[in-house]
Amino acid sequence: MIGVLQFPGSCDERDAVLACERVAEARLVWHGDTELGDLDAVVIPGGFSYGDYLRAGAIARFAPAMEAVSEFAAEGGPVLGICNGFQVLCEAGLLPGALLPNEGLRFVCRQVEVEVVNARTVATGACEPGDRLSIPVKHMSGRWFAPPALLAELEASDRIVFRYARGENPNGSTGDVAGVANERGNVVGLMPHPEHAVDPLTGSADGLRLFESLVRSAAPAPA
Amino acid sequence: MKARVLIRPKEGILDPQGKAVERALPALGFEGVSHVRIGRMVELEAEDSADLEALCEKLLANPLIEDYEVLRDQ
Repeated sequence: MIGVLQFPGSCDERDAVLACERVAEARLVWHGDTELGDLDAVVIPGGFSYGDYLRAGAIARFAPAMEAVSEFAAEGGPVLGICNGFQVLCEAGLLPGALLPNEGLRFVCRQVEVEVVNARTVATGACEPGDRLSIPVKHMSGRWFAPPALLAELEASDRIVFRYARGENPNGSTGDVAGVANERGNVVGLMPHPEHAVDPLTGSADGLRLFESLVRSAAPAPA
Repeated sequence: MKARVLIRPKEGILDPQGKAVERALPALGFEGVSHVRIGRMVELEAEDSADLEALCEKLLANPLIEDYEVLRDQ
């Protein structure tokens, strides 16, 4: 069972549930919930949690459900943050870096090519390093930032999970980074929206690979 | 007590909002204005002003990307 968090102001939670349901069972988790119960994996979806007041994700990190997610992550549970979910995870200190307003100061909404850098995380286990995925972005504050020392540390420890393909960076992020992982690789966040790329009808089904990876990582290891 | 918290983008971090404002000024006839940086100002009243720094670190500012300054008004 995959749980998709729902904050006041979330707007992609239903698409995320639909995407998860292509590969597993899924249900919504209200932000006020303090228990995650039967969940094998958690998705923090896109949107504008709590109006994105102060900074995107700054208030949502204090939601009761986020405490439960922190504990779940600390025990090694797979967590995927998409767009606003990525911002929430960075603000919560579960992922490194911060998301700043786009370099061009415009909301960007378009399909981008994303390269898988690390295929050993909970969100990329069904991919190979170097795979190119066509996934849309739609965000205002998507410029992932890390100071040079932090970026070097993350590169050295293989925690850059996704990069925008050459010439595709839509927001001016440091090192063309589109997504990162925590040290253990069980918490991953990215700005592009894999849940909007799960059917060829809407241009690409590449996003499904992330949800397949999530399910695979949640499955108990064979005895 | 009343206090104001000034929050600014850290030096070296691109501030596209400041840049956009800076570029708009000459068109309005304001010449010679540069290094425009845009932050936030938070006004608040606190019973105990000792906690203000912790409050800034934890919520009002993100220390990775922002500097803050607490101005205590009597």
